[in-house]
Amino acid sequence: MPAPIRLRELIRTIRTARTQAEEREMIQKECAAIRSSFREEDNTYRCRNVAKLLYMHMLGYPAHFGQLECLKLIASQKFTDKRIGYLGAMLLLDERQDVHLLMTNCIKNDLNHSTQYVQGLALCTLGCMGSSEMCRDLAGEVEKLLKTSNSYLRKKAALCAVHVIRKVPELMEMFLPATKNLLSEKNHGVLHTSVVLLTEMCERSPDMLTHFRKLVPQLVRILKNLIMSGYSPEHDVSGISDPFLQVRILRLLRILGKSDDDSSEAMNDILAQVATNTETSKNVGNAILYETVLTIMDIKSESGLRVLAINILGRFLLNNDKNIRYVALTSLLKTVQTDHNAVQRHRSTIVDCLKDLDVSIKRRAMELSFALVNGNNIRGMMKELLYFLDSCDPDFKADCASGVFLAAEKYAPSKRWHIDTIMRVLTTAGSYVRDDSVPNLIQLITNSVEMHAYTVQRLYKALLDDISQQPLVQVASWCIGEYGDLLVSGQCEEEEPIQVTEDEVLDVLEGLLVSNLSAPVTRGYSLTAIMKLSTRFSSVNRIKKVVSIYGSSIDVELQQRAVEYNALFKKYDHMRPALLERMPIMEKTATNGPTEIVQTNGETESSALDSKHPPSITQPTNQANDLLDLLGGNDVPVIQTALPTKPASAGGELLDLLGDLSLSGIPPMTAYNKNGLKIEFTFERSNPNPNISVITIHASNSTEADMTDFVFQAAVPKTFQLQLLSPSSNIVPALNQGSVTQVIRVLNPQKQQLRMRIKLTYTLKGAPVQDLAEVNNFPPQSWQ
Amino acid sequence: MRFLLLFNRQGRLRLQKWFIPLSNREKNKIISEMTLTVLARPPKACSFLQWRDLKIVYRRYASLFFCCGLEDQDNELLTLELLQRYVELLDQYFGNVCELDIIFNFDKAYFILDEFIMGGEIQETSRLCLARHMEEADAFQETVDEYEKNPTY
Repeated sequence: MPAPIRLRELIRTIRTARTQAEEREMIQKECAAIRSSFREEDNTYRCRNVAKLLYMHMLGYPAHFGQLECLKLIASQKFTDKRIGYLGAMLLLDERQDVHLLMTNCIKNDLNHSTQYVQGLALCTLGCMGSSEMCRDLAGEVEKLLKTSNSYLRKKAALCAVHVIRKVPELMEMFLPATKNLLSEKNHGVLHTSVVLLTEMCERSPDMLTHFRKLVPQLVRILKNLIMSGYSPEHDVSGISDPFLQVRILRLLRILGKSDDDSSEAMNDILAQVATNTETSKNVGNAILYETVLTIMDIKSESGLRVLAINILGRFLLNNDKNIRYVALTSLLKTVQTDHNAVQRHRSTIVDCLKDLDVSIKRRAMELSFALVNGNNIRGMMKELLYFLDSCDPDFKADCASGVFLAAEKYAPSKRWHIDTIMRVLTTAGSYVRDDSVPNLIQLITNSVEMHAYTVQRLYKALLDDISQQPLVQVASWCIGEYGDLLVSGQCEEEEPIQVTEDEVLDVLEGLLVSNLSAPVTRGYSLTAIMKLSTRFSSVNRIKKVVSIYGSSIDVELQQRAVEYNALFKKYDHMRPALLERMPIMEKTATNGPTEIVQTNGETESSALDSKHPPSITQPTNQANDLLDLLGGNDVPVIQTALPTKPASAGGELLDLLGDLSLSGIPPMTAYNKNGLKIEFTFERSNPNPNISVITIHASNSTEADMTDFVFQAAVPKTFQLQLLSPSSNIVPALNQGSVTQVIRVLNPQKQQLRMRIKLTYTLKGAPVQDLAEVNNFPPQSWQ
Repeated sequence: MRFLLLFNRQGRLRLQKWFIPLSNREKNKIISEMTLTVLARPPKACSFLQWRDLKIVYRRYASLFFCCGLEDQDNELLTLELLQRYVELLDQYFGNVCELDIIFNFDKAYFILDEFIMGGEIQETSRLCLARHMEEADAFQETVDEYEKNPTY
């Protein structure tokens, strides 16, 4: 068989291929040749073949059949073979491969080889991709080499140790003795890798950290020598001596000085020196300054030093080099929490960075700007941010819009300003706002009672201009549905009221229904809005017509709504005014979804109860539908499904269910009475917060024996929160001689019907008893 | 450092060094995403970008893009110096290095990289030392004659 072609030739040939198919053909041919050569166990050409295989692997072709060949090369005595063999191992034999472990023995032998370059190859391979098992097996060898006087091997052993520690953290202790005099080396390579090793150990173990704190003076000395030393050609980078080592030392100092006053003090001077004397004209100087600033901010430095650091960052912001500006913005973002005031001083520069051309810088500037917004600068900052929102790339718009909403919510100086800001965002970046902002905005608008007329007017005007941005259209149609009467009557105080007739408003809403630009959700909003106007406008006939037309709409959602609204006109007309009344002010729940059920004595039992509950307030447009589902011929008896929030004075039929509204004298009730155990509930209203009911349970025992280890547990549906205080005792005395009392506090912000599931455990006459029960007979006054 | 990639303007990979274990599929995914993202950047753009939880630092030297994935604590500006140093080492070794040198001598490019960086960290900061080590190691490589005469095992 002819000798396999040389690597060079192969590369040259492949590069002449003009198409992907041609290249693939050449490679397949060569692979076949290589495979047969491997089969022949040819020692002379194995190296060449594996090299070619590695080239083809880099082009993206499979090379797994060369894995074992790499192992054979590693085992060979020839240096050339070993070099290619180890390279192949690093490229093809990562720890996910089965044959990976077979390398262990070869590596072990090579770690003890007489030639340092072979040892180096072994250390490198182990240190780059050794698996945990391999590391465990060979850690001893590495530790031995860490103590050698050969600096070439020592530096590699140090980094290999770093890898071993990363893979098998328990082995860290093993390397501790070898680190004793690592820092007294003169060789920069060994110094650098030693610092890396020390950093890794300190980061992983607080004990090591305390142990190595004593090295701080030595590190400071080494750093000082580097700065003061004269020109050294082999380590110099643009006039700075060994910046890589300097940065690593600064990083280790950062870790050692964190939350330790003494160490921080010891390094104060050197940090100040580096911060003031480093040459900033080239990137390398700035790299060192950057690391210094990070260190100063992290350790317990004195305030003068911190100010120096922030000023350095401020200077970075004005640098011509984009990379440095980016790095400055990133660091300021990290420090804005702790040194807020100092960063505020650079606010104007940061805001200027919003106008930068570079995408990365703009993003960082935006994040930082939002972090800097506070009550004082909100107006100015918002102007800049809104301007940014207008002109930025689409990828930013969603994040920026969310940020604006959050900031506006926290710091809005006035309700009108808040609404104006929201309007501005909706009109400029309307299609990019997140879905959950629509319900949030609706809630905000509902709660700003005095601004209703103004809001609906502005939204109406915005709709006239543009109906393509769905969130804007949705919020606008909801508002028009709610406050259309204010719009038509021209009541606006804040600005010049516009003259709008009912027909014009209905024209706009109907326009949304038929427009191609409207999403199905938007159509739903506008149909509901039209329906609501039937109680606010006088042109009911027109609305009836629209609703009946959509009763045969193809869109199932629209059809359902229209049919139900139709029913509202026909059968339930007497309820229509009550159902379509103005929305009450919504309580802001902490999360937008149903609140989590509270743990009671460690148990949570609520899943079965959830399914019966309608969705929470934050879906206002489904409100009308839900009510209709309940009242319009469903089989579920009304009493079991809780009603969404409506004032108790709504609709005739509802009043009967809700009963009397008087709050005083809530009668007690028996919650449970079985097997001699009776549990009574008595009620109180908690004065400061009318949403909290305080229930006291009284457990009494009519059997002959005491009930010991009595534990009362309760669970409530998701919309409630429950707090169980400690019981008076765990023993319910026999024969009603006494009772155990326990206080339960229930938070019921949505005024829904209270239901509870209770679990009782106790021991009676030596036998454990457990029971579950549902308590549904709460008097209405207890939860209204 | 998690990885170091070299690729040209057409997206052809010239060197790949991984410092964390990943499956082939993941590696290819990262390579294609890096290539796409970096090649799409305008020429004067910032050398840093955020990708997933990593900081990406890239720099273009002639027809090759050098791209690294860094972890949070790594110093980006220093990484630029690291890339510069690696290019200088290649330049010193090959004499006016160009992409073709790296294509035809990818093994040597890897050997130099392995002398400079191990496990994602720098092992040698002195240019002279490194050059000397490469020279000596190369000298250990057998001549054709020696290679054929000496036994393999």
